[in-house]
Order: sequence, then structure tokens, then C-alpha cells
Amino acid sequence: MEYFSIIISAIFVNNIVLTQFLGICPFLGVSNKVETALGMGGAVLFVMTLSTIVTYLVQNYILVPLNIGYLQTITYILVIAALVQMVEIILKKVSPALYQALGVFLPLITTNCTILGVAILVIQKEYNLIESVLFAISNACGFALALIIFSGLRENLDLVEIPEALKGVPIALIIAGLLSLAFMGFAGIV
Amino acid sequence: MNQWDNFKKGFLKENPVFVLLLGLCPTLGVTTSALNGLAMGLATAFVLVMSNSVISLIKNLIPSKVRIPSFIVVIASFVTIVDLVMAGYAPALHAKLGLFIPLIVVNCIVLGRAEGFASKNNLLSSLIDGASMGLGFAFALTILGGIRELLGGGAFFGHKFITGDGILIFVLAPGAFIVLGYLIAIVNIINKSKAKAHCSTD
Repeated sequence: MEYFSIIISAIFVNNIVLTQFLGICPFLGVSNKVETALGMGGAVLFVMTLSTIVTYLVQNYILVPLNIGYLQTITYILVIAALVQMVEIILKKVSPALYQALGVFLPLITTNCTILGVAILVIQKEYNLIESVLFAISNACGFALALIIFSGLRENLDLVEIPEALKGVPIALIIAGLLSLAFMGFAGIV
Repeated sequence: MNQWDNFKKGFLKENPVFVLLLGLCPTLGVTTSALNGLAMGLATAFVLVMSNSVISLIKNLIPSKVRIPSFIVVIASFVTIVDLVMAGYAPALHAKLGLFIPLIVVNCIVLGRAEGFASKNNLLSSLIDGASMGLGFAFALTILGGIRELLGGGAFFGHKFITGDGILIFVLAPGAFIVLGYLIAIVNIINKSKAKAHCSTD
């Protein structure tokens, strides 16, 4: 039951993009087409799960025993950057097809604040390893869900007439606001 | 470019939030009030000025292949300083801004200025560029926070001058997106009319 509430809360109630405001850059940047949104969602799912496991282990087996918790930010960002680089190299060798699909999105992920954000949140919420992994996967799904819905909406924008000043990002932000309003309807279900 | 122009550009012409659209996560996340926006903006400005200066000083020592990781380490060090100082001296504010303080590390403005400006320019220009972008960011966050606080709670910097409740939606998540959308549209109009006036005087 506890696991279930972690999943529902991370995907719907506290959606990482629409209520926590993490990962807004890729949310606005790669949401022009549904296919790219799917690619980005997949890449985030992959990297977020891996990086949360690694940073969790680093925190509990290196930083805490050595009493150097203040190095958290520096350590995490380096671990994530190295991890992304490694994933890219391994994917290129092992699965060229997957690399083709996720390739362009991987370098962008280092500066995606959802990854670092979730890694830090897991520590703040004092989850154990299983809960952390679940939390990471659900948040990545929430991110992908928001991104895909949003890109679907934006594809339709090409067909409507928009006032000159609102074209591009402003109208996208207003739509994101309405989407966020819709997600507020999930508040209180867990 | 003279230094005054260099300083001025961060406020409207190349404002990191309204024009370059960088660092939108903290922009939307912490601006429930003008004070939060200002505090977040100043914290980011400090990191920007310091990291820009240091990177400009050591730019010739860093091999170009490892420059991005090196920049990130410099930035992360200053973010840790801000984080610890804030936790020590302003714990209430630190609790409110929460996650977004360590996330300054991945704020695209900071790395963007390091790579795009400080790694190519001298100390003084880089310092001014950092101050310009940082204060421009703080300016944008304060305006956004001010508008949301005003509409959502009828207050400004915590001074309440409307009795009763405001329009609650503006302090909640959707309000952030909507207000920022309209603000960017307004800045678009201002910048466009300025460009037009500039063309006709030429």
C-alpha cells in the first residue's frame, strides 16, 4: 500500500513537471512533436533510475560513513555526468538501435534538473533502496506523461491563430498552466 | 562593447528568463512571493558572479576537453557555499527555497555564461557579465513573485493591503505558468517596439 501511494503520488498528485517545476527546460524544449517527447521520456526513465540507485549507494556507503555530507551537491552532479557519459558509450557499443533512439537526448540529460532533483529528494525523504527506485521510476513516468500530453497539445497549436506577442513560448506556458490546473484535480486522492 | 552596455543587457535585451528562457525551473518553483523570488535571484547572482570570475581566471589552465566538468565543479563549490551559508544564517528562507538551492548547479544560465562568456573574456568583463545576468535573473524573479503575491494574496513583500483572500490560483502551480507566459509576451512587445524605434532612427 505504501509503495502504491508512492507511485500514484509521484505520477499524478505531485507531478514532477506540473507541480514541482523540475525539468521545465526539456518540457518546453523537446515537446514540439510526440515522437521526440517519447524519446526524451525514455531517456529520462533510463538515466533517472540508474542515477538514483548509484547516488543512493554513494550517499549511504561513502558520504555518510566518511561524514562528508556537505560534498553532496558536487559528488552527485559528477556522478550523474559520468554516468550519462558511460551510458552513452555503452549504448553505442551494445545497442546501436537504442542509441539511435535516445542518442540526441542523453547529453541534454546532465543538465536536466529532474535527475539531480530526484536524487536529492530521495535522500531528504529518507526512502530505502526499493522505495527510492520506485520513486525514481514513477517520477520519470510522470515526467514522460506530462511531456507527451503537452506535445500532443502543442502539435495542435500549429492549426490555430494566435496573437503575435503570444506566439511560441508564451502560449506554451499558458497551456502548461491549464494542464497543471487539470492535474490539480488529482490532489487529495492519496 | 563598453562595460555599461555589458551590464545593462541582462535586464531587458538579453534577460535570462524573459528572453533567453534559461533557468525556468527555479523561476516557476520559488516565486510564490516577491521575497522568495528576490532571495533565489540573489543566491543565483552570487554563484554567477563568483563562478564567472573564477572561470575567467583559470580559463587558460583548463584543457578544453575537460572544460565542462571543470566548470561544473567550480559552480558546484559556490552552490555548496550558498547552501551552507543560507542554512546557517537564514534557516526559514532556506527551508522555503529547499531543493532549488542545490539545483542552481544545473541552472542553464550559470553553465551557459561560463561556457559562452567567461571562458572567452577577461576578468572584468566576465564579472560584469555575471552581475548583469544574475541581477537580471533576480529582477525577473522578483517581478514574477511580486505579481503572483499581489494577485494571489493581496500583498507585496509581505505587506498586506487587501483584506480577505486574493485569487488563490496565482500562488498555486498553474498561476506560475500563466503569469510567466503573459510576462514573456509583454517583454516581447517591449523589445520589438524598441527594435522598431531603433531601426527608424538609423
